[in-house]
Amino acid sequence: MARAVTSQRKAINTIFAWSIGLLIFFPILWTILTSFKTEAQAINDPPIFFFFDWTLENYAVVQERSDYLKFLWNSIIIAGGSTLLGILIGVPAAWSMAFVPSRRTKDILLWMLSTKMLPAVGVLYPIYLLFIEMGLLDSRFGLVIVLMLINLPIIIWMLYTYFKEIPVDILEAARMDGASLRNEIMYVLTPMAIPGIASTMLLNFILAWNEAFWTLNLTAAKAAPLTAFIASYSSPEGLFFAKLSAASTMAIAPILILGWFSQKQLVRGLTFGAVK
Amino acid sequence: MATQHSRSAARMMMAPAVVLLLGWMLVPLIMTLFFSFKKYLPLRGDTLGGGLEWVGFQNYVRFFSSSSFWPSVQTTLIIVGSVLIITVLLGTLLALLLDQPMWGQGVVRILVIAPFFVMPTVSALVWKNMFMDPVNGILAHLWKFFDAVPIQWLSHESLPSIIMIVSWQWLPFATLILLTAVQSLDSEQLEASEMDGAPKLKRFWHIVLPHLSRAITIVILIQTIFLLSIFAEIFVTTGGAFGTKTLTYLIFQRVLDSQNVGLGSAGGVYAIILANIVAIFLMRIVGKNLDT
Amino acid sequence: MGRIVLDQVSKSFGKTEVIPPLDLTIEDGEFTVFVGPSGCGKSTLLRLIAGLEDVSGGKVSIDGKEMTEVPPAKRGLSMVFQSYALYPHMSVRKNIAFPLRMAKMDKAEIKKRVEDAATVLNLTDYLSRRPGQLSGGQRQRVAIGRAIVREPSAFLFDEPLSNLDAALRVGMRLEISEMHKRLATTMIYVTHDQVEAMTMADKIVVLQAGVIEQVGSPLELYRAPRNTFVAGFIGSPKMNLLTGEEAAKHDAHTIGIRPEHITISNESGTWEGVVGVSEHLGSDSFFHVKCDGFEDPLTVRAGGELQLSYGAKVFLTPDTAHLHRFNDQGLRIE
Repeated sequence: MARAVTSQRKAINTIFAWSIGLLIFFPILWTILTSFKTEAQAINDPPIFFFFDWTLENYAVVQERSDYLKFLWNSIIIAGGSTLLGILIGVPAAWSMAFVPSRRTKDILLWMLSTKMLPAVGVLYPIYLLFIEMGLLDSRFGLVIVLMLINLPIIIWMLYTYFKEIPVDILEAARMDGASLRNEIMYVLTPMAIPGIASTMLLNFILAWNEAFWTLNLTAAKAAPLTAFIASYSSPEGLFFAKLSAASTMAIAPILILGWFSQKQLVRGLTFGAVK
Repeated sequence: MATQHSRSAARMMMAPAVVLLLGWMLVPLIMTLFFSFKKYLPLRGDTLGGGLEWVGFQNYVRFFSSSSFWPSVQTTLIIVGSVLIITVLLGTLLALLLDQPMWGQGVVRILVIAPFFVMPTVSALVWKNMFMDPVNGILAHLWKFFDAVPIQWLSHESLPSIIMIVSWQWLPFATLILLTAVQSLDSEQLEASEMDGAPKLKRFWHIVLPHLSRAITIVILIQTIFLLSIFAEIFVTTGGAFGTKTLTYLIFQRVLDSQNVGLGSAGGVYAIILANIVAIFLMRIVGKNLDT
Repeated sequence: MGRIVLDQVSKSFGKTEVIPPLDLTIEDGEFTVFVGPSGCGKSTLLRLIAGLEDVSGGKVSIDGKEMTEVPPAKRGLSMVFQSYALYPHMSVRKNIAFPLRMAKMDKAEIKKRVEDAATVLNLTDYLSRRPGQLSGGQRQRVAIGRAIVREPSAFLFDEPLSNLDAALRVGMRLEISEMHKRLATTMIYVTHDQVEAMTMADKIVVLQAGVIEQVGSPLELYRAPRNTFVAGFIGSPKMNLLTGEEAAKHDAHTIGIRPEHITISNESGTWEGVVGVSEHLGSDSFFHVKCDGFEDPLTVRAGGELQLSYGAKVFLTPDTAHLHRFNDQGLRIE
């Protein structure tokens, strides 16, 4: 609305919104702050906000004691691998449904979505058993496959809504210009859809990074990603607030940064295009 | 609008995704169904190779009539229901607030959305220890500041605690989607009603709320799907103790802790049915949207 | 080379038949225009020739080779789309070079051809720009450039000018005609605008509801429309069509007389009427005259300087040598 708003109104809005925003953000802020305190200061009564002796010691201890980097690496491999694999399988499928729709396209899309709604716990044992049988338990490869499968419907849906926005004319022009199907997808569709593909990858990387059912139940020491690393702080290390905070900060920092870039895509991806 | 060539190519390119998802859906589902009719206790020597005893609907009956079934359903419903009410109500208010003109709108939005990106194990653990710890937690300090006795959050007020943690995680999602919906509201419509002399509250009630109703429905349905299967938040905080055992958690315990696969599988089938009831409604809405 | 033959070609979408079986031959080097009201199937017919749609029946052959099953990429045709369909992520140079790159042509040859095309189309200064930075007319030129570099056996144009404003449209019309004269390649051009059809075509194909109503040169269609649909569609302003008593006088169900074949007079004439709306174009004036006994007002063309006030009484005389007669099925009576 192009209408002048009194600056008094604006000031009130600002104060109000910032207070609520900071309140909601406070647990994260507090975790980050605490990670720089000594253990004694972390549990000081009353709590200290800014005027403590800033230290990086906790980070060093966490890395040394529980090998943070190994879990980080696992997280990156699992989230990155499942996202890449999902895109590789999802792009052709979404291309088909967006540009060569048939009577069944809608049903297939909805069916794919419905697989996402299968409660994980309902199929926990079969997957567990299959993983043991195939030697996939506590392997990064096994998790890459599972996370790819649970996120594939979202990947295909997001790509589908992005592809739908590309005019068919342009693909037909490529066909008339003598491009084979492979070239059409490689030189025309993909470059045009890069922003959409990037958003899809970003959101799915975040979802895979934060997934905390399969990663907790299908891993042990070897392939455990950061979700499991943090869960291991449940007790008794959890009582060491500063170290817990350092570990937590390290686990969420990469994704918080990525998350800032993906606000818009989040809506599209998680509502399956139903809210724009 | 396509030719035979492109149609056969399309089928080929869709095949991997369809086959994988079909397998991912059918294989475990059939196995779960199979186990749910069997006595299967791996710790007592039952093996797939050795043949499992067919027990008919016994697992279903036992799971249903066990003393933990109804409490777990009740816990599930309380958690899901409360989180939905809190996130939708606060989410709507926050969305309306964030839509107002202010300084630093972008930053506030990021602050509000941030909790969504925190992995569930981290948020559960941070809340459990640094906020809800009865001695050193921030909330305990706050209570003491007002000369009140700190609450034993996770043991005495376990359900509200879990609800609080989960609401904190999901409020950003509701806010973000409702904010998107608010912003898509046609400002001419609002201006027209203003010209017609409708007061603010009436405008909200008759124009903004109906416009948001679809987004609210979607938030409710999608959150329900995810909330029905929350796991890490309970796993890390109470481990299912103090009356926080949801259906998901109960099944998890039956299957992996006590290794009663048959019983757990029967529970899994119940969970699948429950999720599907919600899913049907969600699919209807999404499907309708697909036509336009 | 580019002789295109459609043999009993038909198209259905599901159960609806949009094009019943039809035969059509487009000779090598001919400029053929498909014209008709929107929804008449002219674009679908073009897409069938291009291979972007499968035929439901019949055969398409180009230069004597059957192409019915051949994918669009291998038919050796170029197409210019209504939306131009330029690749937004490529520069003008890359857009024009794309078909050549797909044909795996040698780099130096590509460069030469692109630059030649750019010179002809006045695009040399814009080669490094993206389509988004060009005006509508320039985009149109890029689309044409992309079509000509691969030296196709025929060009297909799908309403290429309808997104341009009126002034540019006239200019581009001339340029495309020029190009046809220069290249002497077969062109098939789809439009709903009969002016474009009349001014550019060697051969016009008038379509309605997927059926070919008439095929002929612009003047053939103008002089001897085969039925009332073509009579009403070709020519601007539209031919006056009269039924009833007046038609019966000429032993016909319907008679047609073009506005330019009626003379207007203040004193005497065959029909008497009252002037309604007048449209003055400068070079010509069109008067809508309401005559006694006719349902619709007649449109009459007169010299640009003639002024008649609203409601004035006038007399009209048709030139009977240019009278068109149609029977009760709407078909021409010779």
